[in-house]
Amino acid sequence: MTTTLYTSDHEWLAIDGDVATVGITDYAQSQLGDVVFVELPKVGRALKKAEAAAVVESVKAASDVYAPISGEVLETNAELAGEPALVNSDAQGKAWFFKIKIADKSELGGLMDEAAYKAHTA
Amino acid sequence: MSVRDDKDSLKRTPLYDLHVSLGGKMVPFAGYDMPVQYPAGVLKEHLHTRSSAGLFDVSHMGQLALRPKSGKVEDAARALERLVPQDIVAIAPGRQRYAQFTNTDGGILDDLMVANFGDHLFLVVNAACKAEDEAHLRANLSDDCVIDSLEGRALIALQGPKAEAALAKLCAEVPSMTFMDAGPHKVAGLACFVSRSGYTGEDGFEISVPAGDAERLAKTLLENPDVMPIGLGARDSLRLEAGLCLYGHDIDTATTPVEAALEWSVQKSRRSGGARAGGFPGAEKILAHFDNGASRRRVGLRAEGRAPVREGALLFADATSSEPIGKVTSGGFGPSLNAPVAMGYVPVTQSALGTQIFAEVRGQRLPLTVAAMPFVKNTYKR
Repeated sequence: MTTTLYTSDHEWLAIDGDVATVGITDYAQSQLGDVVFVELPKVGRALKKAEAAAVVESVKAASDVYAPISGEVLETNAELAGEPALVNSDAQGKAWFFKIKIADKSELGGLMDEAAYKAHTA
Repeated sequence: MSVRDDKDSLKRTPLYDLHVSLGGKMVPFAGYDMPVQYPAGVLKEHLHTRSSAGLFDVSHMGQLALRPKSGKVEDAARALERLVPQDIVAIAPGRQRYAQFTNTDGGILDDLMVANFGDHLFLVVNAACKAEDEAHLRANLSDDCVIDSLEGRALIALQGPKAEAALAKLCAEVPSMTFMDAGPHKVAGLACFVSRSGYTGEDGFEISVPAGDAERLAKTLLENPDVMPIGLGARDSLRLEAGLCLYGHDIDTATTPVEAALEWSVQKSRRSGGARAGGFPGAEKILAHFDNGASRRRVGLRAEGRAPVREGALLFADATSSEPIGKVTSGGFGPSLNAPVAMGYVPVTQSALGTQIFAEVRGQRLPLTVAAMPFVKNTYKR
């Protein structure tokens, strides 16, 4: 079963066992505007929670994407290199950024569920 | 709340209500609350301007009239030549020219457009500099000219291949104008000043209109299905693709017109050996740059990958050297090219087309090539 949680910095993570798939929220892409480039972390990199893990570039500006949880990067979304605009069209689906092996499940405690995230962006 | 206070202190152009009603995302810019984009987004707005016609509110810019006390416009032109390295006397009635106010170090105080309206000069200056520019004009030209700040006027730019057809419906003289023609014309019956110019690299027009008529004119233009409102975001990417300087970024008080690769804008009459050589602030240094070359130069830069190289990125001669050779002054993504584009300053020895240099982006060295500008061919009607 997959559970989706959210950070206050507008990342989402879909948790399936001890693997989390990470991306930015639809709200975040709507604020950024047209995405033209995504820089992803290297596979195998050990990320610490809240560390800058990826960068989203819109026409106007670059924005950091933070690791919502600590762990090792297992896989990145190669499709984003050729089609960064996927972030605008399907932020919480096809435009996932990376998959991470969750190092410490207790870190999930501070994250928001969908209802809390909706309230956060309202 | 500080954010609210900042918003409250911002000025609004006569088109503010229209921007909000069109869904413009308003941001502070040069002291004004301006639309950075509309719901279509920067990418679509940019591409629409290149393929059809984009309407821009540039009312935040300063508009000034320089009226000769003698009644002869040539006297106003001669007076203005004390402040700019351009040949102003040679601007024929009904014509416009790009110029720069220089300082005593040869740096650029602002860049501006100067039009000869027959009995006076009409100037358009940057929003962030307009108070200083007006003071500068008053301090230096008041003996010869009455300096009239045209606060009561808005400025609308209409840019793109369908701009002529859209504006021609409201002003019959428009099709006979060529690039840099400028003068008073009735547009939709309103007392406007129209120039065939702009800052996107596209054919287009700038229309100075009485503030009270601005919304009516903008709405009339927007009724045309070819015309779309365009925000500051696309304005910036368009002018970057056109290789045009943005004041405060690509040119400033520490860059001379020669370093900025703006030699084309300084006519021979004002250079060494010319009929009215020198006589403008910083002439010694600027003419020395013309005669002997400057040590650095603004160049266009293209990247291999898709990562934009933005303003402030340091430039290096190779992948490992520790001393930067310059930095990027404007950079981003060029929607028409579907690729990153940038401008920056490099030593003249590394300014030749095709030279490979590197930019540091997030700790990595990205290879860049010195490239010809404009990045997108301009389509001015000459």
